[in-house]
Amino acid sequence: MGEKVLMKGNEAIAEAAIAAGCRHFFGYPITPQTEVAAYMSKRMPKIDGVYLQAESEVASINMVLGAGAAGVRVMTSTSSPGVSLMAEGISYIAGSDVPCLIVNVQRGGPGLGGIQPSQADYHQATKSTAHGDFHMLVFAPSTVQETVDMISTAFDLGDMYRMPAMVLSDGMLGQMMEPVVLPEPKDPDNDSKEWAACGHRNERKHNVVNSLYINPQELEDLVIARYERYAEIKEKHQMAEEYLADDADIIIVAYGSSSRVARSAIDKARKEGIKVGLVRPITLWPFPEKAILKHAEHAKVMLSVEMSMGQMVDDIRLVVNGKVPVEFYGRTGGMIPTPKEVYDQIVRLNGGEQ
Amino acid sequence: MTVKGERPHALTDAPFHYCPGCTHGIVHRLVAEVIDELGVEGRAVGVASVGCSVFTYNYFNCDMVQAPHGRAPAVATGVKRARPENVVFTYQGDGDLAAIGMGETVHAAARGENIVAIFINNAIYGMTGGQMAPTTLPGQVTQTSPYGRDVKTAGNPIRVCELLSSLDGVALAQRVTVDCVKNVRDAKKAIKKAFEYQMAGKGYCIVEVVSTCPTNWGMSATDALQWMRDNMLPYYPLGVYKDIGEGEQ
Amino acid sequence: MSDLNVLFTGFGGQGILFTGKVMAYAALMEGKELSWLPSYGPEMRGGTASCSVCISDNTIGSPLVVNPDVLVAMNLPSLEKFQNDVVPGGIIIVDSSIVKQKVGRDDVKVVYIEASRIAEENGLKGAANMVILGRLFKETGFCSAENLDKGLQKSVPAKKANLLDSNRKAIALGIDS
Repeated sequence: MGEKVLMKGNEAIAEAAIAAGCRHFFGYPITPQTEVAAYMSKRMPKIDGVYLQAESEVASINMVLGAGAAGVRVMTSTSSPGVSLMAEGISYIAGSDVPCLIVNVQRGGPGLGGIQPSQADYHQATKSTAHGDFHMLVFAPSTVQETVDMISTAFDLGDMYRMPAMVLSDGMLGQMMEPVVLPEPKDPDNDSKEWAACGHRNERKHNVVNSLYINPQELEDLVIARYERYAEIKEKHQMAEEYLADDADIIIVAYGSSSRVARSAIDKARKEGIKVGLVRPITLWPFPEKAILKHAEHAKVMLSVEMSMGQMVDDIRLVVNGKVPVEFYGRTGGMIPTPKEVYDQIVRLNGGEQ
Repeated sequence: MTVKGERPHALTDAPFHYCPGCTHGIVHRLVAEVIDELGVEGRAVGVASVGCSVFTYNYFNCDMVQAPHGRAPAVATGVKRARPENVVFTYQGDGDLAAIGMGETVHAAARGENIVAIFINNAIYGMTGGQMAPTTLPGQVTQTSPYGRDVKTAGNPIRVCELLSSLDGVALAQRVTVDCVKNVRDAKKAIKKAFEYQMAGKGYCIVEVVSTCPTNWGMSATDALQWMRDNMLPYYPLGVYKDIGEGEQ
Repeated sequence: MSDLNVLFTGFGGQGILFTGKVMAYAALMEGKELSWLPSYGPEMRGGTASCSVCISDNTIGSPLVVNPDVLVAMNLPSLEKFQNDVVPGGIIIVDSSIVKQKVGRDDVKVVYIEASRIAEENGLKGAANMVILGRLFKETGFCSAENLDKGLQKSVPAKKANLLDSNRKAIALGIDS
């Protein structure tokens, strides 16, 4: 294990990707993500890597498609409006079964919105990224260290299942510094993907990386096969942290930055004897249904805390299917809920004064 | 028995889906012959675009990637940056390259991206059934310019080679056509030069092939060729718009 | 000391973020859990800047300091904006060579220090932030003197190692103030 160093979340993303063997980065500047690109532009030339500033997010995601199709470990990073521009390319990437990593350091929306932290891209990341039936793996770290750890997991699972993976960060996690231990660097593995379009060297049939299937039966078969892989992922790769949840009457569900706020509120409420705990989704897709269902057995109420107008709350309600009431508290537009605000919600749900 | 002509190895045996009289088939063959002659099929990667040429991935025997509409230059950039030893080409129509993908095209060219763009300009959207393209001529009737392209409202056609030739990253910009034996030979020479320039690391090369679309123009194959000579070539003169020759970018 | 939440505030260009970084690194050397969160925005210079630093023996929850144990105010707008957020019994450290106004609370400890004047008179123009950090260290003892110095060393980039001594001197002046 290496030395503990202080790193900004955004810079840690870049260094963790390099440690995971990523040598190809295509991006475009946008606040509050730009440090990832700036860091990559400094490091990549020194390690025989590729850093390229594209003319737009539209171009950068398609460069990712090209490099991923050619079989190398590749990533891009952006912030919310940039993901909207990348939507088309992400759909093609998913439809072509090309693995890659996309980092979204979320900011407030819609439109140009703002540049302060937000979690209003939950729906976009987990269900409505772009046209067609598909999913991305979506990871939602809540500390800089966890961001570092998730980067290599995201790359590895993306490769294993041949699909795009997203790390859903936000302006707070991207801009803050925390102590991190960086993982041991891995060498890039760019030659193990047998399906890649990188020249057949007259040794095999030509590979085609493609998302077009004119015959509807063929397309349906392919999408169904993809959904069988998704089912396996749902079974094997749900991740969640449970904090003081086992005896809790009130379960807060929160991820990323808002889970940290919730944790502060829970600590304060516990001191006053309120039985409240946290289920913190680490994967947003697959959604950690098992952890939520487990606590739906004993909780009297669940509360989704988000930096949005309420998006993940829909998934919680689907999972618990009426077993317990699911309430929502959130701030949006770049506003960060305070521990006091969440604490007040806990007190209210506990039957006390707000 | 003497074999006078064979299918180039770089073409698969899949039958083309192109309409009778369409020049895509000739251009495919020229690209494949060049790949054969340069012996690069094993390291060639083609990027198919959206439009009639979307199925090129079925026809070329080298590895292929199919790109979103207009994004072939960005996808090809990704392939080439990931695998500099590969010989990478795009095959794009006028709607793909000069309308929806003009941004990607101009920036790939400006970067001097080491790729070849084979650009089919037939002044119309073929696959969607004959709508106005960025290269549709003034006054030309299409499904979406039913009274003839009025440049006052629909804007002017874009001369792509002339436009790209002003960029420093471009090594070769040449406009050719394939309406007769001599022009077919010249077209092949241009395509071969473009591939050779890429292999020498010279930068972005574009070969624009002024082409026909008999079906959507509503003409016979021979009438379409004559219409092209009479109407398109005056607006899109054949020639070399940029060639850095022995130079380097 | 278990938890300490500090809010550094002032103008951009006063070294607000750097001050927080030195404190954060010192806490890391001390073996504490910590977080450092800057305000960020379109202003590069001259706008308002703030920086939240949390130090704890336990996992840090929200890294955004809403109710600081210690508020450092290096300009008037920041003092006016944040003084009422400080927890009762907390500390407000004011650079009184810039902020002439007095704090209107009697349930907190207020430290007026003419940090900018002290720095300037000692040939350390621009190091008022380090004078204040020295004073913050004296008031809270958030780490050992040794680790504070290590934190400073970690925070000063190798290219600017020549600035180490002036920063050390400024911190010492703050401790002695």
